[in-house]
Amino acid sequence: MSNSAPSKTVETFMYDDDIVKKFTIATLVWGGIAFLVGIIAALQLASWQLNFGTSWFTFGRLRPLHTNAAIFAFGGNAIFAGIYYSTQRLCKARLFNDTLSKIHFWGWQLIIVAAAVTLPLGLTQSKEYAELEWPIDIAITVIWVVFAVNFFGTLYRRRERHMYVAIWFYIATIITVAVLHIVNSIEIPVAWFQSYPVYAGVQDALVQWWYGHNAVAFFLTTPFLGLMYYFLPKAVNRPVYSYRLSIVHFWSLVFIYIWAGPHHLLYTALPDWAQTLGMVFSIMLWAPSWGGMINGLLTLRGSWDKVRTDPVLKFMVVALTFYGMATFEGPLLSIKSVSAVGHYTDWIIAHVHGGTLGWNGFLTFGMIYYLIPKLYRTELHSVRLANVHFWIGTVGMLMYLLAMYTSGFTQSMMLRAIDPISGKLVYPDFVETVVRIIPLYWVRAIGGVLYLIGFLVMCWNIFKTCRLAPKHLEAEVYRASKMTEESNEPKTAWHRRLEGLMPTFSVLVLVSILIGSVIEILPTLVAHTYTPANSGVVPYTALELAGRDLYVREGCYNCHSQMIRTLPEDVLRYGKASLPEDSMYDRPFQWGSKRTGPDLARIGGKYPDLWHYRHMLDPRSVVQNSIMPAYDWLFDKKTNFAILERKLEVMQSLGVPYTDEDVRNAAHAARAEAEIIAAGLTGDSPIKGLADREIIALIAYIQRLGKNSEKSEGKK
Amino acid sequence: MNIIVLLLPIALTLAGGFAFAFVYSSARGQFDDLETPAHRMLLDSDIANESLKGQPHE
Repeated sequence: MSNSAPSKTVETFMYDDDIVKKFTIATLVWGGIAFLVGIIAALQLASWQLNFGTSWFTFGRLRPLHTNAAIFAFGGNAIFAGIYYSTQRLCKARLFNDTLSKIHFWGWQLIIVAAAVTLPLGLTQSKEYAELEWPIDIAITVIWVVFAVNFFGTLYRRRERHMYVAIWFYIATIITVAVLHIVNSIEIPVAWFQSYPVYAGVQDALVQWWYGHNAVAFFLTTPFLGLMYYFLPKAVNRPVYSYRLSIVHFWSLVFIYIWAGPHHLLYTALPDWAQTLGMVFSIMLWAPSWGGMINGLLTLRGSWDKVRTDPVLKFMVVALTFYGMATFEGPLLSIKSVSAVGHYTDWIIAHVHGGTLGWNGFLTFGMIYYLIPKLYRTELHSVRLANVHFWIGTVGMLMYLLAMYTSGFTQSMMLRAIDPISGKLVYPDFVETVVRIIPLYWVRAIGGVLYLIGFLVMCWNIFKTCRLAPKHLEAEVYRASKMTEESNEPKTAWHRRLEGLMPTFSVLVLVSILIGSVIEILPTLVAHTYTPANSGVVPYTALELAGRDLYVREGCYNCHSQMIRTLPEDVLRYGKASLPEDSMYDRPFQWGSKRTGPDLARIGGKYPDLWHYRHMLDPRSVVQNSIMPAYDWLFDKKTNFAILERKLEVMQSLGVPYTDEDVRNAAHAARAEAEIIAAGLTGDSPIKGLADREIIALIAYIQRLGKNSEKSEGKK
Repeated sequence: MNIIVLLLPIALTLAGGFAFAFVYSSARGQFDDLETPAHRMLLDSDIANESLKGQPHE
């Protein structure tokens, strides 16, 4: 640090590549599982028999496992591997603390295991990509803070003053994901692995999709863009096309992304102005997204010949192309009239898989093909196999996407078809539209299988590459000058000031997390303001609430929405458009995001109890050609009446107008209600113990759906 | 829509935080040079091991 020293202080250091290897291998392991579960779920849609009548194996429970594994296990480990590798090199510094790295690694794997156990068991909050229950939420927060400390500590010790653009993308990721996760996960525990969110109905929907959209933005986009900005120039050995553009890309992206969430809720009970806000900001995202894609692709200018031979570049070019397509399509789908067609259909499934399989998957594969030979100081075992992977993967992806686009358009056109003369729906039976797209579900599943085969080829290739590595790798020692006040810097007074960025960013993280914590407590104090008074809507009865929790447990929201949009085709098919009071006591909200089956917002009273009883036992006995699995276990398992008092107590504390009497009497009242439903089902020949079964509670809940606005109107 | 009372400050805090980070880092010269960083990141770290010099590394 001596100012007078003629030569700079040179330090030697080593990188921690062991942790990078660990995260890379974890990426491969969990990737295989995520893809496999995805294929199983896809096959279950093509053939309902593959649900095997087993509770933990049904689509409603496996689909969240697939999304969580793909995003947080495959994507998460890939991000951590890439960030830890590139940050050390860009900062010319070893990771801040080896122990923190290890805690980060093993903590994250434990969280994944916990998710893989709890989700099939039906322990879920049902908020998409935030399904995990509260103890796991807390663990995620802790591990994320460990990651943040480790990362920012590394930046603090860096030997390179300028922070390359990739680092900025990582910073935005770490800060924003922390805030998103905390705000969306504010919940009151009811038991171990069960909780109610503090937000209800419309509020819960808005918070969830604010989270959901930004999970895509800051977990699947910004970190991968950072990786792209590091690994693509490295792989092609050319500087990024325009560094200036990359900086503009970064700042404009992080400013705009955070506002785009409401585009998931177009034509719903969300106020119009919020919908328009989400739409406008989504369209604005076109510019930075395409700026980034073009910047990446133009980095290859003059080097396109290398794309022919280098598998790393092949994967990255296709990844960028898919990034461009997905970010073109996203704003397009955010336009209200386009959303009217695409929402709730397989178009959205195509959209997200273009992003995940194409952008996240292929960028990760490219990165791993680059990383492994570097880490093991050897050559890739087989370039040919990598090319095989590339082509099988690409063909699989195209099959997947074409099938889903066709399916989405086909079903949407059928569902929207209104006879111009009679003004009636052309296809009044929902199941008709489902039968039409089943063949496409098979094509999709085959596409997924190809993608997995390509991935397995890669795993073999990587395994062989690791085996090629010299047995004893001499630890690499690097040297660089210590970063001093004047190193690499112009001489103005501003710049002479001690490197100030690191403390600032640490403070920013801290502030963000503190804000999150304050917010975590605040809503519980003001919860009563979330529920409008005097709406005339009475809260769920204890039995209905028990049934509602079963609806959440079985993951019904994965296939059924509870939101009738303000669109003619929705109103004709399902009834009056949903109002905020329809879901005002819904914790969590169940608006859903996909209609593999019909909307259920106003299903209550549409069919008799017996219809639902038979439907849950064997859907095809009442709806021919239905693809819904049977739910036999609801007829064996007993409703947990004992916990209802606690449930109502929590709801009461959240401002739901239950009297103390309601709470004390919850179990008793629920039993009494169940007896009435059971008696109605069986008539003169009662089945002993039927009232105790879960199916009764579920029927009570289903028959309540849509009754809220009737009541509020009666009041008016 | 009381939820706006919660979400708006959070969104503004995040956006404001990023705005602050941008102004702060610009003022400190982080973006003065928009050419060399792109080239500098391509250079491999300077290796100190005599035995590994000249070999592919990093």
